Amino acid sequence: MNTDANTVIESFIQKYDLLGCIQCGRCTGGCPVTIRTGLNPRRIVYDSRDEEMLEELSNLTEIWDCTTCNTCAVRCPKGLKPVDVLVGLRNMLVEEGVIQPTVRDALESIFREGNPWDKPRATRCDWMEGLDVRIVEPGEEVENLIFVCCTIAYDPKVQVIAQNFVKLLNKAGVDYGFIGEDESCCASEAHNMGEEGLFEMMIEDNTELLNSYAAKRLVTLSPHCYSTFKNQYPDLKAEVIHYSHLLKELLEEKKIAFGKECSDKVIYHDPCYLGKQNDVYDEPRYVLKQIKGAEILEFERSRERSLCCEGGGGKMWVEGTETKEERLAETRVKDAREQGATVLAVACPFCVLTLDDALKAKGFEEEMRVADVLEFLGPFIE
Amino acid sequence: MNNKPRIGVYVCHCGANIAKTVDVEAVSEFASHLPYVKVARNYAYMCSDPGQLLIREDIKNEGLTRVVVASCSPRMHELTFRKTLAAAGLNPYYLEMANIREHCSWVHTDRDEATAKAKRLVYSAVAKARLLEPLTEKEVEVEPSALIVGGGIAGIQAALDIAAAGFKVYMVEKTTSVGGKMSQLDKTFPTLDCSACILTPKMVDVASHPNIELMTYSKVEDISGYVGNFDVKVRKKARYVDMDKCTGCGACAEECRLRGTIPNDYDMGLGKRGAIYLPFPQAVPAKYTIDPDRCLMLTRGKCGKGPKCVEACAVGAVNFEQEDEIVEFKVGTVIIATGYEIFDASKKPEYGYGQYPNVINGLELERLVAASGPTGGEIVIGKGDKAMVPKEVAFISCVGSRDDSVDKPYCSRVCCMYSAKLAHLILEKLPEANVRIYYMDVRAFGKGYEEFYDRVRREGVHYIRGNPSEIFKRGDKLVVKAEDTLAGRPLEDEVDLVVLAVGLEPRQDAREIIDILKLSQSADGFYMEAHPKLAPVDTATDGVYLAGCAQGPKDIPDTVAQAKGAAASALILLSSGQVKVQAQISIVDESTCRGCGFCVEICPYGAIELVEINRMGNMAQVARVNEALCKGCGACAAGCLSGSIQQRSFKDQQILPQIAVLGAMK
Repeated sequence: MNTDANTVIESFIQKYDLLGCIQCGRCTGGCPVTIRTGLNPRRIVYDSRDEEMLEELSNLTEIWDCTTCNTCAVRCPKGLKPVDVLVGLRNMLVEEGVIQPTVRDALESIFREGNPWDKPRATRCDWMEGLDVRIVEPGEEVENLIFVCCTIAYDPKVQVIAQNFVKLLNKAGVDYGFIGEDESCCASEAHNMGEEGLFEMMIEDNTELLNSYAAKRLVTLSPHCYSTFKNQYPDLKAEVIHYSHLLKELLEEKKIAFGKECSDKVIYHDPCYLGKQNDVYDEPRYVLKQIKGAEILEFERSRERSLCCEGGGGKMWVEGTETKEERLAETRVKDAREQGATVLAVACPFCVLTLDDALKAKGFEEEMRVADVLEFLGPFIE
Repeated sequence: MNNKPRIGVYVCHCGANIAKTVDVEAVSEFASHLPYVKVARNYAYMCSDPGQLLIREDIKNEGLTRVVVASCSPRMHELTFRKTLAAAGLNPYYLEMANIREHCSWVHTDRDEATAKAKRLVYSAVAKARLLEPLTEKEVEVEPSALIVGGGIAGIQAALDIAAAGFKVYMVEKTTSVGGKMSQLDKTFPTLDCSACILTPKMVDVASHPNIELMTYSKVEDISGYVGNFDVKVRKKARYVDMDKCTGCGACAEECRLRGTIPNDYDMGLGKRGAIYLPFPQAVPAKYTIDPDRCLMLTRGKCGKGPKCVEACAVGAVNFEQEDEIVEFKVGTVIIATGYEIFDASKKPEYGYGQYPNVINGLELERLVAASGPTGGEIVIGKGDKAMVPKEVAFISCVGSRDDSVDKPYCSRVCCMYSAKLAHLILEKLPEANVRIYYMDVRAFGKGYEEFYDRVRREGVHYIRGNPSEIFKRGDKLVVKAEDTLAGRPLEDEVDLVVLAVGLEPRQDAREIIDILKLSQSADGFYMEAHPKLAPVDTATDGVYLAGCAQGPKDIPDTVAQAKGAAASALILLSSGQVKVQAQISIVDESTCRGCGFCVEICPYGAIELVEINRMGNMAQVARVNEALCKGCGACAAGCLSGSIQQRSFKDQQILPQIAVLGAMK
């Protein structure tokens, strides 16, 4: 028994390189939620070195405060990934079967219906109604295979992202294809909520499905799918890109253009899964700058210092210890308003949802709106 | 004469280093039965006096003609045992070593297998030993002068020491003045000596010493040759000011049309100069220089109605026609003292350096607190309406040090102490200020350093353990986002000024010297010493030494100590006047060489050239080895397409039997 425990702890220490930590505190200092929750990643990395404490740690509510924004890992001077330690602790809990009901429902839904939103697979393509969408079959050759994302496919607030993308693709004459009802969740959030087994299964199934198309590129609409496919699916054949990469390309090749003057002041919020995690900062800004008349503003905390909106890391389904101070999304919309923005543009469905909630909570609807880049540029498509 | 070799084998215990893992008794017993072996012994420390005596006695009494020592790497003690042989009247190259420590006992755990391997290594050495030939070491004359590259405190100290010993020194400095980074510092830790006060006398000494030829605003373009005989080529850049005429009066700079418009590097760009300038008042030589990239005459060919500097100069020193000058000379030894650069903090965008004017680096603060600096020593950030005297000040340590995320894993050794010193200076000038230092560990290892750290804490400098992750602006304040790790408390600390304690890194142009001298770099990018402990100022290239931060981050005391060490090493060479060159060099069989030149290409030391010879009445090209340049690396011998090059002591007929017995033994 004791030997078993030793093996477990040894692998935990080794898996996360815990002995490399010098307790400098950059992870906790950089973590966006520590200021308003009980989470202290440095402390958890420290305590995780003690096998006796792992179970206790996994029962702490604050391990659910983490939004998996990855700032801790980016800033760590020794190459550790405190975020992975937190996810590892969540995994221990899930393995023991201790799961919050909302999380359980989301995970079951991914398993049964291929999405975390408890929606039937049969309605995954409802957003396409009235649109001329090309769907490809496995084996078919296609330059750009489009991956929609569960949230965009089902949530009426953000379906417009996919709908506008189709209009643009058709206009530009791009060789593309959608997967249709067979598309299943990338399982990024299953991983973040600690369901490693389900995540591995989804990686296997999705890899088989996605590789069955003769696609050159896999174009993702959500940064969460983008980052997950790019960094956690080792065997995908197609090159994984975000839609902003493709838009920039089409604009440069003059295959699309924006007409109609814009009078908005647009401020762009960097999604963690696009910016901090994958260094994609310039493409979305490039796209926005092509809209005539749009005045582009910058947050004080932008790019590498962007502030997380708290939408990731399973936060759509689970609450942590958040008590103190306002939500970060509220801070964000306040900052945007202070800068005089009329549009808070993002490139992520989770960011749209959290920031839009914050906007309404603050009562700023009159002066400002939140929109995904694809949603915002809709009216300007020539 | 009886030509049969008589071999002695000596197996070393190296205390427990070898004996713990290898059965040394069994190895010497095994060796005693090998062909031509007359005596085989084992002993606790072969390198000790009694150990060496064993060998000498046996050479005398047993008439040994070859010696095999089975011990550590030849890098450690080959020279020791060669001397032992020579002392007993045997040619030192009749020695062969079997490395049963680094190659055996240190890397194995199974005693039986390690012993078996040690036996094979000894057998192999014995097989080669009988085939060894006697070699003689040649000596070459040493040119009695030294080249010093870099005119910072390291170069200055080395130059003064060598010159004081009576040898000629050529000092080449890239900028217009000697003094280096030390001249930019305000005060020095932990004694708070004024940096300029202790440095400028030495700068003046360098310029006035009869044995030192100072070349500022100059660059080493090429160094060829070998230890004792280096040929150096230096480019003296045109200053457009006649050094002999210029009196340093400064009238030209007063009149320059661009006066006060060009950021002065010496002041970290915080102060401004004109196109004709002296970087700082105590510059040595005190001669003006015209910036060719900015001067209106030199860039456009026109400066108003006529260049005002020419008008202002009473001695007619300004000369727009001046050209670069190439100087060539010979030296016996070279000291590299090229220094360092500070880490560019904009590589860590989370700190906002380059974006916020009140996020500055340590060297910028040095210029702000210095009386000779752009603000006359007042700590003011910004100018005019925006000028601000900071009240809340935060230092961040380890910016670009101990940080894998920017590929700087090493500690820069000076930042803890310069932060403490600068914090002290801020409190001295702004007693109302609140100064805190965010740190990971305080490394106060030098003489008087811990005491200084104690002092500044008691003066009110607040140490907070935690390395900040981010800086952003909120209103007029900068927010330092960090964790007080001792309290486990995340915090957002609002301050007026952030000072980044940036680390030290190799110079961007470090490659230039590497290409010229074939130096190596250690993993951190600094020039690599020959041995980290026992040859810290030497390089792999004979006659070339390192001083100061070119070799790695150092404070001033360590830099001066190393400079004096490098000078001493250079002086050994210079004062002996002669240097032995490698005996185990390559030789070309000119009767079979086809002159293909492949060896010329692969020789890393440029030691081989093609020459034309008369071969049985026909003119033929053949390779020839410069014996003084050859390092005996063996690349040419291994690469030779016609088998015409052999390396002494490593000839085919010597090493093939050595390899053969390894295969023969089970």
